[in-house]
Amino acid sequence: MAIRRFKVWRGDAGGGELTDFQIPVDPGMVVLDVLHRIQATQANDLALRWNCKAGKCGSCSMEINGQPKLACMTRMNSFSETETITCQPLKTFPVIKDLVTDVSFNYEQNKRIAPFKPRPRDADGQYRMYQEDVDRVQEFRKCIECFLCQDVCHVLRDREGRETQSFIGPRFMIRVASLEMHPLDTEDRIPELKKELGAGLCNITRCCTEVCPEHIQITDNGIIPLKERIVDRFYDPVAIIGRKLLGIRKRTKTRSEEAAQGAGSEDRDG
Amino acid sequence: MATHLPVIGGHADGFGRTQRTDGWRRGPLITLIVFLTFIGYTTWAALQGKHYYSDPYLSPFYSPVLFTTPAGMVAGSAPVSHAWFGTFPSWWPSFVPLSPAILILVFPGSFRFTCYYYRKAYYRSFAGSPPACAVGPLAQIRKYRGESYVLLFQNLHRFALYFALLFILILGYDAVLAYFKDGVPGIGVGSVILTINVVLIASYTFGCHSFRHLIGGRKDCLSACGKPTVASVSFKQASWFNARHTEFAWASLLWVMLTDLYVRLCSMGVIHDLSTWSN
Repeated sequence: MAIRRFKVWRGDAGGGELTDFQIPVDPGMVVLDVLHRIQATQANDLALRWNCKAGKCGSCSMEINGQPKLACMTRMNSFSETETITCQPLKTFPVIKDLVTDVSFNYEQNKRIAPFKPRPRDADGQYRMYQEDVDRVQEFRKCIECFLCQDVCHVLRDREGRETQSFIGPRFMIRVASLEMHPLDTEDRIPELKKELGAGLCNITRCCTEVCPEHIQITDNGIIPLKERIVDRFYDPVAIIGRKLLGIRKRTKTRSEEAAQGAGSEDRDG
Repeated sequence: MATHLPVIGGHADGFGRTQRTDGWRRGPLITLIVFLTFIGYTTWAALQGKHYYSDPYLSPFYSPVLFTTPAGMVAGSAPVSHAWFGTFPSWWPSFVPLSPAILILVFPGSFRFTCYYYRKAYYRSFAGSPPACAVGPLAQIRKYRGESYVLLFQNLHRFALYFALLFILILGYDAVLAYFKDGVPGIGVGSVILTINVVLIASYTFGCHSFRHLIGGRKDCLSACGKPTVASVSFKQASWFNARHTEFAWASLLWVMLTDLYVRLCSMGVIHDLSTWSN
């Protein structure tokens, strides 16, 4: 049993500090185990969120030595024996207490996405889709909503992205991708993605993919394919002219723009 | 003992500030050095206008040769028969070096500049936006606008792709020619280098995200009632290359520079190409 040095941020929205702990660590422990030992023996009021201890619930997200990680999946033997381990709350979200943050911003983002709208059932009353076609979206279903990707995204973390709600964030880009690429879905979210959900604010620095504990290829399989669909709709002159020649109509206005236009024409008619 | 930090959560703020204790500076620094070396070397090589051809090898920086200089005028230039439009025209501006590379490098250059992998590399290493994950970005105070104004250019990656696909054919043709000297079939170290070059560039191009989108990714249903289609098979193949896009981007970048250097040194007589044509 070795004694290890931990620095854990203690405080709330009004302020706080990194507090030192010297704590015995057993072989095989993960950071969450050590935090529980600190809570049990030295700081009974230490607040931290956790649940499954198996990397599947996404509750124990925090920043460990500056990197967004799940505490339950960060093994103590991944650090050198003399290394001090610093545990901080997620930077992107407001602190409630100690290592617990208010992640409700994310649930608000989810509401901005148009829900699943399936095509009509087949003649026998069934929905049919083929494994080959759903392989892509199944990857996105692995998301455990730990929000590490939201935390590390610099648009939300260091810019005005979270305050202005201009960018929905990588987790919800993945959710849009899982709906847009779904073989049964008929909803069109591309104009909203460009104009309201801030897809253009992502500059593909791939930090979201690097921190994902489920190893979802957020950038390559989710964000970039969505960006390419936006290019199809708004930036590719060949595709735009081709659609005009073939008489194919695609939405370029968001629902709110269409509603405003409708209201404007009603006013004029009235 | 407690450490007081000004930000809630104890997070460091400001450019390059972080609580990370790993070697996060290494990646962006290596990228910066290699890319600056590549840009410096390519610019220098493109402005030379000489020693880009050593029969039967043509430097990829100069392919295709649209114009060349008359025979014997410039050492190590491509023969007139190799140029698409013969010798440089009389209207060629006198202040522009007589270098065929100037006319073509914009195409592979724009392909790499708008590439989704290279965007990560240069945003991190050159723009510090951010320099690494969970590290304070350079332009923290200024309002960040993402793809806007001149950066909307990045959305035209697929047009750069079309030219990149054309370049695979051209470089492939050059690689085939590298196995024939004066009509005699053979093989040299340069033939192998030129072949590896086109293979790496093709592997990088076939992993392009725009390519993957255009050949099938744009569809929600790739299969025909669960049976493979051209689109679904192509998408799977492109996805294999796409998963290795970073590796091929680096390998092709370094190899194309090495290929030019090899042809240049052969042309200058600094090294002797080991080949079946050697006496």
